[in-house]
Amino acid sequence: MEQIQRRPFRAVSAPSRLLDGLQRWLPKLVVAPTFLLIGVGIYGYMLWTGVLSFTSSSFLPTYDFVGFDQYAKLMANDRWLTASRNLAIFGGMFIAICLLIGVLLAIFLDQRIRQEGAIRTIYLYPMALSMIVTGTVWKWILNPSLGIEKLMRDWGWTSFSFDWLVNSDLAIYTIVMAAVWQASGFVMALFLAGLRGVDSSIIRAARVDGASLPLIYWKIILPTLRPVFFSAVMVLAHIAIKSFDLVMAMTAGGPGYSTDLPAVFMYAHTFTRGQMGLGSASAMLMLGAILALIVPYLYSELREKRHD
Amino acid sequence: MNTFKKTLSAVAMSAALFPATSLQAGEVEVLHWWTAGGEARAAAALKEMMEEQGHTWKDFAVAGGGGEAAMTVLKTRAVSGNPPAAAQIKGLDIREWAKLGFLTSLDDVAEAEGWDQLVPPMISEVMQYEGEYVAVPVNVHRVNWLWVNPEVMEKVGVEVPGSLEEFFTVADKLQAAGYIPLAHGGQPWQDATVFEAVALAVMDSDTYRKAFVEHDMDVINSAVMEDVFAKFAKVMSYVDDNAAGRDWNTATGMVIRGEAAMQIMGDWAKGEFTAAGLTPGEDYLCAAAPGTAGEFTFNVDSFAMFSLSDEDNVAAQKDLARTILEPEFQTVFNQNKGSIPVRTDMDMSDFDACAQASMETFKSSADTGELVPSLAHGLATTSYIQGQVFDVVTNFVNSSDKDPVKATDQLAAAIQAAK
Repeated sequence: MEQIQRRPFRAVSAPSRLLDGLQRWLPKLVVAPTFLLIGVGIYGYMLWTGVLSFTSSSFLPTYDFVGFDQYAKLMANDRWLTASRNLAIFGGMFIAICLLIGVLLAIFLDQRIRQEGAIRTIYLYPMALSMIVTGTVWKWILNPSLGIEKLMRDWGWTSFSFDWLVNSDLAIYTIVMAAVWQASGFVMALFLAGLRGVDSSIIRAARVDGASLPLIYWKIILPTLRPVFFSAVMVLAHIAIKSFDLVMAMTAGGPGYSTDLPAVFMYAHTFTRGQMGLGSASAMLMLGAILALIVPYLYSELREKRHD
Repeated sequence: MNTFKKTLSAVAMSAALFPATSLQAGEVEVLHWWTAGGEARAAAALKEMMEEQGHTWKDFAVAGGGGEAAMTVLKTRAVSGNPPAAAQIKGLDIREWAKLGFLTSLDDVAEAEGWDQLVPPMISEVMQYEGEYVAVPVNVHRVNWLWVNPEVMEKVGVEVPGSLEEFFTVADKLQAAGYIPLAHGGQPWQDATVFEAVALAVMDSDTYRKAFVEHDMDVINSAVMEDVFAKFAKVMSYVDDNAAGRDWNTATGMVIRGEAAMQIMGDWAKGEFTAAGLTPGEDYLCAAAPGTAGEFTFNVDSFAMFSLSDEDNVAAQKDLARTILEPEFQTVFNQNKGSIPVRTDMDMSDFDACAQASMETFKSSADTGELVPSLAHGLATTSYIQGQVFDVVTNFVNSSDKDPVKATDQLAAAIQAAK
């Protein structure tokens, strides 16, 4: 009975059903190629790298599996240990100093000063440069026979010494300097946006209660910017872990291999030294490091949403 | 397969018999990274000679000095089944490619042209895989050269050092007079270039070969190797403090300007002197690296030939292989590149004094067996072991306490792990 009754309607509703279907499927069709590309280009290759890390691949992929041999080799490799230690130094200092400078700059710019727009642009400018440019420029500035040291000596301070770039114990800190110069303006921009979003009535209320300006920032404003801190750390951490071009431009991993980072190690072994298996193993460990950062972050983010 | 090979050799024979009037015109695609100045001119000469024979030259130049970018592109092309006819591949990497089955045999061309008589066996060995030629040598660079600014030496009143001991006394005097005794760039391959020169001076060529070609652990893990590291540390102490990361040509510039007195570097350094308008023997001197007179560390550029399916292209490829070893090309190419011909029967009168001296040592060392492959330039061992040695050497140079015993242990461990 019902079917017979419905039949006359069908002719009328067919086009609109088609539209309905289209409306439902079109977005999925539009994003499908993207998902496919991501699936193959990111997750597929990630998986492939994982597989290769268990093989004895030399300079082209081969598939004779050797278990955890490559990881064992990696752990016994002095250069890999140097690279990991450098990442800890570089990553830790880079994130900490960028946050510190970024927050301070943002707070200063938040004081309704004159020419704020111009100053903001200047601070943000380094971000517009590629890391290669930053690295090359800083290489010249820090080179003892070209840059600061020579300048000071030419000006008459002949005992002045600033040779970190060519000192294998200190060279990694010169990379921190260049990276901080590049990224702290970006952190400032993030925080400035966050600061502008803070409700001014809270600040006024605190003022009325007699709190000093530093105390207001420290106790009230910065704690409300916790999400901004999170995103800043996330962005900086992944810049630190994948950092490659800056090191290549500034020191190429030298002197010796004292400024090697895992990304540089991975590239050298996979693509120039014909040790694809070892390189893949190092890539997998880098992936592990990033996951160790991202998973807790995603977990905390998703859990908060459920609370709302 | 057999008939295919027969056709191949038939084609090659016809190409060999009628070189100028090749019947089939094919296309050769050549992967190389000779993109700078003299190198580009050298490559253009080859292109011209191929076109004279009626073939089409498809240039596949990938910029980037060490060819790392080029190798990445080549791997992609080879794996996808579309390799170029020839690619600039060096040293033991040729064998790696051959082992994977990508290379084609050139034995027919080699036999027709008598390569075995033209090229010293130490070099032709590198071009072969399981007794078959799979690559063509293009040129020979001598790596163990000492480049000297005679003006500086004269001012201080010292002679060009012949042995390591002499080098140390000379360098002390130069240092006292306020000159940098040894110009150097602190990059791993440059560190290794000096290291192998010192190693060759301390060891004889047989021991050198045992250590760096055969990886004989008795030699690597020995008092001799400790001595090599100790002398190497002493040599490196005459380098200025700002050498880290410096390019080799900047270091050569220091010798040209008279800031530094000497540099240990392969004969591509000659290009810098020539570009500065200097004459060998007068404005600058070339001598064997201290303690290595009569010995010759070779660095050979070569083209490996890939298996192709198109017959016309195969013919063109064989023509390319033949042309590369012809005297005409050898002269033009090597004069532009600063190296010497790989053929020992060449007339060297058009070359400069350094190249002539180089050729003399090349021939004599090939006879006496003092001709050894360069470790720093990938002729002695696989790129992996080479990399491991680079790591140890460069770490040693840059560490604050240079302990030869520890470095020897590290070298032994690294080579053992990489074998």
